[in-house]
Amino acid sequence: MIAGRRPEPELSSRSPSFFDEMRAPDGSVRPAYQQLAHWLDNVPKDVLDYRRKEAEFIFRRIGITFAVYGEAASTERLIPFDIIPRILNRGEWQKLSRGLEQRVKALNAYLHDAYNKREILRAGIIPEELIFGNPVFRPEMNGQAVPHNIYVMIAGIDVVRVDPDNFYVLEDNARVPSGVSYMLENREIMLRLFPELFIDHPVAPVENYADDLLATLKSTAPVTSSGEPTVVLMTPGIYNSAYYEHSFLADKLGCELVEGRDMFVKGDMLYMRTTEGPKRVDVIYRRVDDDFIDPLAFRPDTMLGVPGLMSVYQAGNVTLANAPGTGIADDKAVYSYMPDIIKFYLGEEPILKNVETYRCREPDQLKYVLENIDKLVVKEVHGSGGYGMLIGPAADKKTIENFAAKVKASPEGFIAQPTLALSTCPTFVEEGIAPRHVDLRPFVLTGRDKVRIVPGGLTRVALSKGSLVVNSSQGGGTKDTWVLDR
Amino acid sequence: MRIRIAHETVYRYDTPATKAIQILRLMPRNHDGQYVVRWRVEVSEDCRVEPREDAFGNLTHTFTVDGPISELAVRVAGEVETQDTHGIVRGTREKFPPSFYLRQTDLTMPNAAITDWAGEIGDGGKRPALETLHALQQAIYANFKFDVNATVPSTTAQQAFANKHGVCQDYAHIFCSAARHLKIPARYVGGYFLRGDGIVDMESGHAWTEAFLPDLGWIAFDPANGICATEAHVRIATGLDYLAAAPVRGTRYGGQGEAMAVKVTVDQASRQSQQ
Amino acid sequence: MLSRTASNLYWLSRYVERAECLARILDATYRLSALPQGYGSDTNEWESAIATAGSVISFGENYKEANERTVTEWLAFSPDNPASIRNCLEIARTNARSVRTALTGEMWDAINSAWHELHRYDPKRITREEFTRFLNFVMETSVRFDGTSFRTMLRNDAYWFSRLGFLVERADATARILDVKYHVLLPREAQVGGPLDYFQWASILRSVSARTSYHWVYRDSVKPWLVADLLILNRQMPRSLASCYENINRYLDDLAQFYGRQGQAQRLARATTSKLENGKMEDIFQSGLHEFITQFLIENNRVGNAIGDQYLI
Repeated sequence: MIAGRRPEPELSSRSPSFFDEMRAPDGSVRPAYQQLAHWLDNVPKDVLDYRRKEAEFIFRRIGITFAVYGEAASTERLIPFDIIPRILNRGEWQKLSRGLEQRVKALNAYLHDAYNKREILRAGIIPEELIFGNPVFRPEMNGQAVPHNIYVMIAGIDVVRVDPDNFYVLEDNARVPSGVSYMLENREIMLRLFPELFIDHPVAPVENYADDLLATLKSTAPVTSSGEPTVVLMTPGIYNSAYYEHSFLADKLGCELVEGRDMFVKGDMLYMRTTEGPKRVDVIYRRVDDDFIDPLAFRPDTMLGVPGLMSVYQAGNVTLANAPGTGIADDKAVYSYMPDIIKFYLGEEPILKNVETYRCREPDQLKYVLENIDKLVVKEVHGSGGYGMLIGPAADKKTIENFAAKVKASPEGFIAQPTLALSTCPTFVEEGIAPRHVDLRPFVLTGRDKVRIVPGGLTRVALSKGSLVVNSSQGGGTKDTWVLDR
Repeated sequence: MRIRIAHETVYRYDTPATKAIQILRLMPRNHDGQYVVRWRVEVSEDCRVEPREDAFGNLTHTFTVDGPISELAVRVAGEVETQDTHGIVRGTREKFPPSFYLRQTDLTMPNAAITDWAGEIGDGGKRPALETLHALQQAIYANFKFDVNATVPSTTAQQAFANKHGVCQDYAHIFCSAARHLKIPARYVGGYFLRGDGIVDMESGHAWTEAFLPDLGWIAFDPANGICATEAHVRIATGLDYLAAAPVRGTRYGGQGEAMAVKVTVDQASRQSQQ
Repeated sequence: MLSRTASNLYWLSRYVERAECLARILDATYRLSALPQGYGSDTNEWESAIATAGSVISFGENYKEANERTVTEWLAFSPDNPASIRNCLEIARTNARSVRTALTGEMWDAINSAWHELHRYDPKRITREEFTRFLNFVMETSVRFDGTSFRTMLRNDAYWFSRLGFLVERADATARILDVKYHVLLPREAQVGGPLDYFQWASILRSVSARTSYHWVYRDSVKPWLVADLLILNRQMPRSLASCYENINRYLDDLAQFYGRQGQAQRLARATTSKLENGKMEDIFQSGLHEFITQFLIENNRVGNAIGDQYLI
């Protein structure tokens, strides 16, 4: 997730410049935070300090770590955990949750259309290049029957708040979104460390996520699967940065955690090697990128996949969750069309807002972007994780000039957005309890029967003062997210 | 012209393989100027061969074989009736709009050397497209040395361009890379070529390219021979690059010391066998 | 269960056990080499240690001479020795990470914290006293891991594969100690009861932590044929070949019953088990202790391979 460092001048001149989720501008506490604020006022700092250390100790013991790319292979780091929960009230959540369901329905409808009839092109809603010019458009998925027409079973939608009434979607993640293990572990830790807080707060549970996920995956099993479908979780292996999450989820799902080498194809069926001989696999929750799942269909040099997996998929004998090729629905170029996409497929107004986005591919918008580049956040269309972007207000002249040259050279590769004034939440930092900027990634599960969303998600928090970058790879932390059930 | 083709690939293993899977793209389709009279694809081992159509409309055969496998042979034999269409390719199965074929792949991605070279040939966009494509074809034909030992299937356009030598596959990648850079849709074609010099036995099939111009449609360019495709070309598979049109993509499990022998015969069918 | 999961569990246990065996060998070698001249043997004890660890060739490629420094470095810490204690624990943890979901939290904790602890020892600057602590730490790690699996694992295939790895490795280690030291156990006219051999016998017992057990079992002073009996045929002794095979047999039977079919692994293990059950020390000495041990190592290896072929790939 990405955002600028500083608000636009006209925003910051307002007072206060940021929407704080706990305190109104007059200093009064918003209703959802009443009890928490009271508790925070009375709890000694050393108690918080002690419990934070305890939380860190527990995280390290259970091995909930992630690897940072570019650092030595053995580096295993902890994502900092902030012990002060973020709270949403029931009304806020209901609106958000309706918006998420709408958004993911539209993503699935768009994917089905983009890989089949492409009515959206005929209607002139989006340019052809958005589909065919996209390097993650998978020709192999063209006209391919997908079990129950569900492409994105698991979506992570990054949302932010800028005021009491509106949620903005910052980014859709329709490929292999991660982070859900932190949502679950953060809650576990909070229940262990602060049981007293849960007595005062009717916090909607999240621990049914694994059951929901399993039900979702099973509901999408291919029609050819016999009886109870066999679901597996496919991981690139222990050196993947999210391996902890993979093993954690496999454990909660009660399914095998497989690597590509554990499976093989025979006569258009997929099997895994077990101590009792080959066993058919019906549904793969795969946490391996498209490029690496089948060396006979995609990148030939990979050892992570299963040779022939796509043939089994073509034959309709296995479900891949998510389907290959979903990247054309979640990149930053298609993002700017999402409101139109929602209207086109669902005939509804979008419930969640889109951040205003300038498409550099369009000459007049490119002109605007280049003229105002020092006030904008410019992002690479295919970049992610906070890499390959320019935060205009925070960059020096030289950096801006270099970036502008890159944009001019291939404008279709970039979009630009105004810097967003992300909301803040109370966070326990060095100097005590202070507001820090947050975003939220709720997880949306789409099965054949229904859409399931556990109340909450992963709140990421930018720990340094004033920073709007919440990415864990760039020093962000996480919080438990409470949705109050009243 | 009636062309008879035999294509045999034999894998031998010192210690037998335990399992193998292959996807073959070895089956021609009919289109204007190409009619498949008869065609057979055979696998030496007992197995079910699944016929299918791939993303680009190529006909594929997929099979899995259980070991022990000490030898595995794939044999293709058939006859195709061809006519010269002056390189114009019509009546093919098209699954994507031409603009899709502007997409570069890992194998065709150009570097500055290729884009500079392509830009020069295209005269900064001032030269008409058809003329540019012919010039590209001739530039590759004239300046690159044919060398079967110079490259491997994973050689990229950039590497082949720097080396200035390669095989028809590399020529096709360089052509696609440059054409796409010049905003002309281009694709890779795999197939067979009946040589003019009477040599009928070869070590592999052939590869060339097709480029799209709005008023002419797809036109076949063969930079390895410096000509547009003729009745001597038998078209088997197309795709964004070699990988998408590869005659065989496969994996074996276990097995040591693999030796692969390929024998391709492309000959003009005699009158008697035309019966 | 996934074959790879079974394989990871099997090798996880094997490597933890191997680390412990190496630690015991080093410990016993230190004791023996610390004896004043005249008590120790005429052979180089450090060379014996390398032989017992089965790395004569690779050691020779890396060092000129076997002495305290080189052997300690090679067997305990060397990154170039794939079977150094350090690498054994590294591999064990890698295996454990791959099968996190098949381990209990306690087992993971035992391996994971050992791995963190391991990185606290700096082989460049380690003192003799620290090294003793290091060896104790390795032996305790093994005991802790073993204890957690015994106390916390479900008694199903995961447990049996973990036990099998541990037992096959243990049988191999005991047999290799005997293989290197068999000559001091042979009945000989000369030197019997001399101080030299006494310490050699004691050292063998130490390397399988059986000094106390010996006295409980035989209530006699240390005698070579009894040492051989204890390590080969005595079923009370958990490190004896007979005891290892009694249990290998049992867990393979459990697997066969659980999966409803048996194979080569069960057949081979049964053959070796009955040979050990019916064996007599006199006969073994008669037909050659060395030959017996060599044959056992081959058979144990075959059983390991058969388990691999049948379940782990």
